[in-house]
Formats: sequence, C-alpha cells, structure tokens
Amino acid sequence: MGASGTPARSLGLVETKRVVLFTEDNPLVLDSGETLAPVEVAYETYGERSASDNNVVVICHALTGDANAAGHHGDPTHPGWWDTLIGPGKPIDTDRLFVVSSNLLGGCQGTTGPSSINPATGTPYGLQFPLFTVSDLVKVQRALLAHLGITQILAAVGGSLGGMQVLQWALDYPDEVGHGIAVCATARLSAQNIAFSAVARAAIMNDPDFADGNYYATGKGPDHGLSVARMMAHITYLSEESMRQKFGRRIQDREEPRFDLGVDFQVESYLQHQGKVFLDRFDANSYLYLTRVMDYFDLFADAELVRSQLAKVKTKFLVLSFDTDWRFDTSHSRGIVRTLTAHRVPVTFREISSPHGHDSFLLDVPEYHKTVSAYLDHALAETV
Amino acid sequence: MRADHDVIASLVPSGARVLDLGCGDGSLLDELIRRGADGLGVEISDEGVLACLQRGVPVLQDDIDKGLDDLEDDSFDIVIMSLTLQAVHHPALVLREMNRVGRKSIISFPNFAHWRLRAQLAASGRMPVSPLLPYTWYETPNIRLCSIKDFEALAHAEGFTVEERILINEGGAREGAITQRAGNLLAAGAVYLLSR
Repeated sequence: MGASGTPARSLGLVETKRVVLFTEDNPLVLDSGETLAPVEVAYETYGERSASDNNVVVICHALTGDANAAGHHGDPTHPGWWDTLIGPGKPIDTDRLFVVSSNLLGGCQGTTGPSSINPATGTPYGLQFPLFTVSDLVKVQRALLAHLGITQILAAVGGSLGGMQVLQWALDYPDEVGHGIAVCATARLSAQNIAFSAVARAAIMNDPDFADGNYYATGKGPDHGLSVARMMAHITYLSEESMRQKFGRRIQDREEPRFDLGVDFQVESYLQHQGKVFLDRFDANSYLYLTRVMDYFDLFADAELVRSQLAKVKTKFLVLSFDTDWRFDTSHSRGIVRTLTAHRVPVTFREISSPHGHDSFLLDVPEYHKTVSAYLDHALAETV
Repeated sequence: MRADHDVIASLVPSGARVLDLGCGDGSLLDELIRRGADGLGVEISDEGVLACLQRGVPVLQDDIDKGLDDLEDDSFDIVIMSLTLQAVHHPALVLREMNRVGRKSIISFPNFAHWRLRAQLAASGRMPVSPLLPYTWYETPNIRLCSIKDFEALAHAEGFTVEERILINEGGAREGAITQRAGNLLAAGAVYLLSR
C-alpha cells in the first residue's frame, strides 16, 4: 500500500525517449574543462506533472542502471531496476509524483558514453572518451530537466552511486532541490572500495580482447574480463548471510560434487550466470569510466569549500543504510550525516535491518519502503 | 501540548539550534520548530522515528547509550532530554555527551524520592507506580531511577552548573505550590536548565 492509500500496481508498458542536449555549438563543458558534443540522453518519465510543478522527482541510477527504472518494455517479468519502489501506490507514488529517470553520462544504455561515435573520428570513442565527475553526471541530468522546462525538483533519489549524485545535486544546485534521499551511499570510497574497483578494471584491461578499449570493430570484446568484474562486484552486493541462505554449499544440478575445477557449487553457477547476462547489457569501457568516477568522488574533501557550499544548501536529506551492507556500510552513511549535521543541514537517518546486503536498496524491504513513503508524503504535503 | 513539554519550551529561546535526545514521536521538536527553533531529534524506536518522518521532523535513529559520535562539539545551543534519563543504561556518559555537543542542556526526569512513591513503597512494600512512572517493575523501561538530590550530585560531578530548576507535578506541569527546598520530597519530577 502506498502513501496515497491505493494498492501498489505496476506502471505497465513504458518507453525510453532520447534527446540531444548538447551540440557542437553548445557543448557540455566538463569539470576538467574538456568539452563533449553531441551528448544524447536516454530518459523515461512516469506520472503527471502538477500544475505548480511541485511534484518532480529525479531518479539517479547506480553503477549499472539505466533509464528504465520502473514499468517494463514489453515483458512484465522484466520490470525496471527500481520497480519495487516506483509506481502507482508505491513509495515513489506515480499517482502523485512526476518521475524523471535518465541513463548516466558515460553509460551505455542510450546516453552518450565511450561506445558512442566520436564525431572527430567517425568511430567509437573508446578510451578517447574524456574522464568526468559526479558533478558532470548531475550537470547532464539538470540539462535534461531544463529541456523538460523544470527548474525546481521536489526530491532527488538514488542508491549507491545514485546516492552520491543526490548529494552532489544539492551541493551544486543548492536552491533547486527540496529533498535528497541517499540510500547506502558514500561521500568517499574507502581503500577497500577502491581496491574492488581496481581489480574489476584490471580484469577488463588485462583481457587480451580489450585492445586498448578499441574492441568495438573487432567483433569481440573483453567479455572474460567484464564478466569476472561483474562476478566479483556481485559478491560485494550480497551479504554473507544472504549467500548462505541462497546457496549454502549446495551443488548445482547434482547430489554429489564432481570434484573437478569446473562450476560445481550453486554459488559458482549463479555468479557465472550473472557475469554472462551482464555482457548483453553492458559495455566494458563504460564500466571502467563509471567505476573511476566513483573512485575519485570525495564530496567533503575540502573543509572550507564544504562550509561555503553547505551554508547555501536548502535541501533536506533522508540518509538510509542497511545493517548487512558491507560494500558501503553504515559508517559511510554516518559520515554523510556527520558532515551535514555539523553544517546545520536537516537530516533524517536510519539504519534499516535487512539480510540482503548492499542490494537491499533495490529490494522490497518493508521498513525501508515505509520510511521513503512517509518522508515523501510529508515532503509533498509541505509544498501545497 | 504535553505539560512537561510546555515547561521545557519556555526555556528554549526562539531561533535556538536544538537537539532532542529520545525525542519519541517528535511532538516537542515539532512545537519548537514551529516557534522558530532549528531542531534535530535522536530516537531509537521504529515507531517514534516513523512518527517524526510523518511530521517532517529531522531525526537520527540511534542509541544514545552509545554516545553521540555523529555530532560535533558545541554544535547545538540546547540539548534536551525529556523524561528519558531514567531509561538509559549509562546516564553519566549521556550527560557528558550532552555537555560536549550543546552549550546548554535541559533535562527532565521523575523524582523517585517523591513522597507519594516513598509512601507507596513503605505502605505496600511493593515497587511504586505513578503517572510519571506508570510501568510495573518487570516491564518498565525505567531502569535508572533517581531522586532530585541524586541527579544534582551527578550533574555537579559531570561539571554542570544549575541555571534553573523547575519542579513539576505528576501531570508534568509546573509545581507552583511548594518551596524549592522541599522539592526532593514534594515534587513528582523536575526540569533542569544546565550550563557548563
């Protein structure tokens, strides 16, 4: 049951739209000073805009998400990545809210990224694609909103890398974001987090088919490396307890182990499958760039800058973590809370109990959904 | 508005940055924010936190017995703890943390030396139950009961100065009829305004 009191339903069939937001004449100027054009963005919208435009919610996706956050593209058994949270009668209630969800800059699901054609060469950018920052990701989302005629947002919402963008939104555009909901996010990666990124990138870049990132024309890519990267990342998204429950030491499709070096345990088979299906929807270069964006993100690094930035921020925050998340554990969320509170930015914080680790933010965890629902309910009521 | 909240609110200057420890459903903070304060709550219970969310009162879900590590020194003008001291495991630690993060503290608590409680214990030989301490001994969250004298000794030991003491009755309202000297015997509870 959503905050509006109606039973939760699916958005049903939705479609991804595309728009070119930056052109040769009006290029995207990145944090680095480099320019990029054209920049096309894939996005979806759900729900209806209110007459006063007070109900706009921006969804920021995590490392491997896309514009299709909710509803489906023809197969109801494959809904969008945040369909548990977004839809009619759901915590992000599309009966009352207008939701904008776009694919990130540097991604590979319709928004310009390393697999897009470089107009200077007529071939895909590959590693010629410029490095960018979380601020750049937000800049592109803001350009999309400007294209839609939106200048104020009720809330920016995201988990993991999505939550990092939510924080950046408020710092970069302190007057434009009413509320920020950052779920299992961080203000900076730890050494362990960066280490995982480094191993993932090494797996990709050391794959003989990586070809310095110019694999698009060869007919084969660094599939082995990318699937290993995904397998390893997937381990960090689950908790030990959830893996124990899901797989234990069970053997795949047999009663007795084979005692060989192939895929024998269920957990091996699962990871292999996850690695394989990932190849169909993700580009290795995008993986390199987006993990690097996360590594370099350090929102509160400069204390003086943060003081002046946070003094201007009008955003109120909801910061949530999960007790079994060890990818971005609760200490990351507490770090965010500590800095925001020290600068008098209103924050509500909860550590939600869930067995599912980092992945909890994508799942239907009742206490989590109740929290988001109650928060947005009040946020919307406050504007009318 | 709860009578004891009314007493506390009268001690909070408008525009103050206020922290409320054990803020429950956020009703006191809601009122203080309405009066111009900038407020943050800390609450351990799921129900309390959800009620705060529904009111739009900022709240950190946390256990104050573990300290206030997420809050910086001197980051609040006033730290409030209303009828919660008797339910914490480590009152001395909590007082120390209040003193660290806030310039002033407001603490209210039930007085276990109130004559009515003394009389109940003496007459019936059983643990007293009162409007401010409404639970039976085996289900009470109130595990650190103290008298006004006890509290003042601890506050002093933790380096607090008593700026103001308001005696309250069993309904939590200001007790006007009794003298300060007789407070430990005649008042059902007290609200203290403390500074360093």
